[in-house]
Amino acid sequence: MAAEYETIQYEVRDAVCTITLNRPEVYNAFNEAMTAELLLAFKAAERDTSIRALIITGAGKAFCSGQDLKSLKDNYVDGYVPVLGERLRKGYNPMILKMRSMEKPIIAAVNGVAAGAGCSLALAADLRIMAESATLIEVFVHVGLIPDCGSTYTLPRLVGMGKAFELCAMGDKVSAKEALRLGLANRVVADDAVAGQAEEWARQLAILPTKAIGLTKRLLNQAFDHSLEQQLEAEAFVQRTAGETADHFEGVRAFIEKRKPEFHGK
Amino acid sequence: MNRPEVLNALSLELMKKLVAQLEAYDDDPNIYAILLSGSEKVFAAGADIKDMADASTFEMYNRKQFARWERIKKISKPIVAAISGYALGGGCELAMHCDIIVASETAKFGQPEINIGVMPGAGGTQRLTRAVGKAVAMDVVLSGRFLSAREALSAGLVSRVVPKENFFDEALRIAHELAKKPPLALRLAKESVLKAHEMSLSDGLEYERKLFYMLFATEDQKEGMQAFIEKRRPEFKGK
Repeated sequence: MAAEYETIQYEVRDAVCTITLNRPEVYNAFNEAMTAELLLAFKAAERDTSIRALIITGAGKAFCSGQDLKSLKDNYVDGYVPVLGERLRKGYNPMILKMRSMEKPIIAAVNGVAAGAGCSLALAADLRIMAESATLIEVFVHVGLIPDCGSTYTLPRLVGMGKAFELCAMGDKVSAKEALRLGLANRVVADDAVAGQAEEWARQLAILPTKAIGLTKRLLNQAFDHSLEQQLEAEAFVQRTAGETADHFEGVRAFIEKRKPEFHGK
Repeated sequence: MNRPEVLNALSLELMKKLVAQLEAYDDDPNIYAILLSGSEKVFAAGADIKDMADASTFEMYNRKQFARWERIKKISKPIVAAISGYALGGGCELAMHCDIIVASETAKFGQPEINIGVMPGAGGTQRLTRAVGKAVAMDVVLSGRFLSAREALSAGLVSRVVPKENFFDEALRIAHELAKKPPLALRLAKESVLKAHEMSLSDGLEYERKLFYMLFATEDQKEGMQAFIEKRRPEFKGK
């Protein structure tokens, strides 16, 4: 099943939804249409109860090269004062918020360069599988900007303050190998294996208890903002909900009966 | 409240029924606490605009719809509000009539009446300001912006925030807990807290003291204090 978008592709197969950035001629750079369509796509995937895992990836050589600067060429003339805050609030931030808040696992299959907002997009996913030759670049500093689209939130949480500052301030390319070492990538595979491996991983996630995974995502999101007491209390509330799922019941029964469980994501 | 197709818009009819039911519960000797809620998606998204849109000044005056709300203030038993999703305009004002608000993480509070050419008319400017202070109240009332559950908690509008799956059960649990407390003490304590915003501090303290002394005429006070002394659980009888 596929839905009609212009700048992205949206495919659902076997409980896995694959969203592909589809502007390969500009290395999947962001424009207004693409951020709008991505938000719609994530919302649709969130609503669709048949979808239990997502993959976000890029068509062609790149994952995503960030904001399309060439398209702004005519704006940057003498006297121009950009209004970037509104662009973030209207276009990018809702998309990033949706990715972090939707209670389904998202794998970023980083098939090529992920620069600027493209890097932030990859970091906003729950998991990252990178192609060997792919790179991550917090390139913002090279155009005198801060890393937006959530990078200042997600990056320090993934690699710690020191490394986060270094990557943002220097704007250096991070190789897949280095990304793996730093914990920015969960897995690194051969270039031609990324799509297949991402799909396989997503399928594995899609047959796990989706509610438990989603609730875990919710709790992990809160973890850095809570004291231990608050987090334990949050866990108590959420575990109660998880305990009421059919998948919990099935999981325990399967364990007792020494058989493989069948989880339906409910 | 159950008008999902209109996001629980507080029509005249809904409010009539709601107030009548609250008063019935207040008179029922077998009921000790009241729970008020909407659905997970919405508590109440405002008054019923269609009810009001064409009314004239004196039509509004004569309807006395907000006078009906005054009767909610007189309910002596504790009201726990279980609030998830939108509590806007009249919905927020209704929430502020309640004694303990348990908000879901998804709750959103606001007084967006400004956006339809009016202002809050059922306590939104009075109760909200007393609850959260001028700075936040002015921002909310003039800009029409919403407060998230966490913001409402920090601002002092609600006292508990829980995950959306748990808000109703948690509110129910609290209501049950309240129902086990000595009813007369609950009633007078509620009355006293409500008086705090209506009196000077010295008058309020005197009022509080009189209510405190009144409780010494109850058996529950004797039982409660005796049980404490004897290091045992008290058994309250409601008198």
